[in-house]
Amino acid sequence: MTVSTDALETLLERASAGVAFDGLHVTETDGEYTLETPANEWTGLDEADCRRALESIEEYVTNWRYWQETVDGEGTARRAFLRWCERAPLADAADADATTGPWSDGDAPEPLAVPERYRALRDGIDREWGQLSITARFVDVDDPDGERVYDLWHVDDAGSDITDLEVYDDPREARELATYDEDGRYRPLKTAPTLPGGWAFTGLSGADLVETVEFFYPATVANWHRELRGNLDIDHWLETAERQTGIYDVIDELPREAVEWMAEACCVDSQCLRRREWQYEEGDDLDADGGDGPFPCREPCSLVIAAARKWAILESEEERTYELELTTSELNQLEDLIDAVADGRTDEIREADVNDGANRYRARYLRSKRFDDEGNLEATQVDD
Amino acid sequence: MQALVIAAHGSHLNPDASDPTYAHADTIRETGAFDEVREAFWKEEPHFREVIRTLESDEVFVVPLFISEGYFTEQVIPRELRLDDWDPEQWDSDGTSASQATLEAEDVGKTIHYCGPVGTHDAMTDVIVQRAETATGDPDVGEGVALSVVGHGTDRNENSAKAIEYHSDRIAERDRFDEVKALFMDEEPEVDDVTEYFESEDIVVVPLFIADGYHTQEDIPEDMGLTEDYRLGWDVPSEVDGYQIWYTGAVGTEDLMADVLLERAADAGADIGDAREAVRELAASVAESGAESGPEPNAGAGAGD
Repeated sequence: MTVSTDALETLLERASAGVAFDGLHVTETDGEYTLETPANEWTGLDEADCRRALESIEEYVTNWRYWQETVDGEGTARRAFLRWCERAPLADAADADATTGPWSDGDAPEPLAVPERYRALRDGIDREWGQLSITARFVDVDDPDGERVYDLWHVDDAGSDITDLEVYDDPREARELATYDEDGRYRPLKTAPTLPGGWAFTGLSGADLVETVEFFYPATVANWHRELRGNLDIDHWLETAERQTGIYDVIDELPREAVEWMAEACCVDSQCLRRREWQYEEGDDLDADGGDGPFPCREPCSLVIAAARKWAILESEEERTYELELTTSELNQLEDLIDAVADGRTDEIREADVNDGANRYRARYLRSKRFDDEGNLEATQVDD
Repeated sequence: MQALVIAAHGSHLNPDASDPTYAHADTIRETGAFDEVREAFWKEEPHFREVIRTLESDEVFVVPLFISEGYFTEQVIPRELRLDDWDPEQWDSDGTSASQATLEAEDVGKTIHYCGPVGTHDAMTDVIVQRAETATGDPDVGEGVALSVVGHGTDRNENSAKAIEYHSDRIAERDRFDEVKALFMDEEPEVDDVTEYFESEDIVVVPLFIADGYHTQEDIPEDMGLTEDYRLGWDVPSEVDGYQIWYTGAVGTEDLMADVLLERAADAGADIGDAREAVRELAASVAESGAESGPEPNAGAGAGD
């Protein structure tokens, strides 16, 4: 029995309980069937007629089969995510409650009805999830039986030939790929915009796709789904800070303005794909922009907590006044150096570009000139 | 549906700290005993805070991949999992006897079976012995050989030493090794003087740590005199003061650890079928197919950052 015949039989069995899914309605009362799609309606069918009618709308039948039998999981984040992948209507998204995620703004593509989706799935439907590009497509393009598979690669590789990429099919491989950046450095923050490319997962099942995505961006599907339904729980800074114990007990002492600087330093699009939804506390928003990242950030992450501890300790120091000799250009150079490190562009400064204050030779010159034998800046504290 | 969550420390600085967590999770995935298996971390992602919501199962077994009962298992993990009704009294433990407590995670309304850490489970004793077997390449290792279980030790938490002593005592009771002694990094008796505590010329040293990192790959080998500089590596065995020291690296990387995780979950009511047998067979076949030639020297900050 083909998948679609199989699907048809299962559907007929369910008809007495009523089937209503993605525009398809099937009911049965005392052996009489009623069938409805957005384009057609049949009433008073006997079983043989109903079978013939269903065969004429095979797309709806196999679509029902894929979602209700293969994917299943009504109400789960996994199911909602897979529906989002092929631009299917998200039944559990409460439009009125949905927040301002990129999936609910005016730029988001319109959901597709079954016939349009079936046309599109032959070529593949592409979506982006952070730095991931996901394609949903039919297993069998020439004779689609409704079964979908999913491909996944880095957005930067969307135009690459698949033969140039390392191909994987085990979701667990994603853990290793997500561990290091292009330069081989450890990525402790999975949502840092530094995911390297060069790989592809192909022909994943829906369950495997979600697992793979979760290894690249843990918990993003669950929190996306919560945001979609308007029930994302936010833990603001003070709540999170006051909850901490042990060596992190001190972080709730970080001054409010320092929390602003911290958010500006860590929680911006250049550093993280998450969009900061947490504020200083309920009703007391931070001025720092939360960014436009695709994934909602519902509380300060462990990296921010660890950094906050450092800043809480540093901010407890008193300010002093120092006197040191610098030319105006040298003062400007200090600014250039801080900027270059903060923006992570020291690697981009050309070796011979001595016009850039953060050029290595310029920095070494300044150190030779202004540091004493102990390697300290020659500065004198002038207050008590 | 039932899920297993392995709750581990992880690290912001050292990518290897989570390797054992992933390895044991994968072993358990292969058994199919749980509908979902998820790693969760204090310092990596998914964080403890967010892990339960990523699961579809209503029954969740959380097993801390930690050595001792103490700050993390009694305060941090339950708090971050939002087990609001948690109280350490529910474990009714003397420091090594925590079993499980059944609670609800407040953000998701799921049943959470919060288990004691792997390090204090009785099955951990077998893992330490297996570690001695894999390190020496001798499945019958014991006669004429001394075993030292090494722990961190700290004045801040008395349970830290209890776990080490507990397993040392249990191994000693088996009369398999000629001598058995618990030694520590930060309290007496110290691992630096390892040879002073034994008469047997062969000493197997098993550090009761979850992951290889700073302590097991830098501190302890140098403190024991296996090497001048950890970056140069060391032999297994290494000769120190006329003794042969068989240093094994962190016990947490032993394949049989997956069995302890399973036992913790089973003790809490998880239906694991014959998964334990599958894991024990796998671990035994790995152990037989040749002992590891000793841990690779490995620079890293360990899990303590």
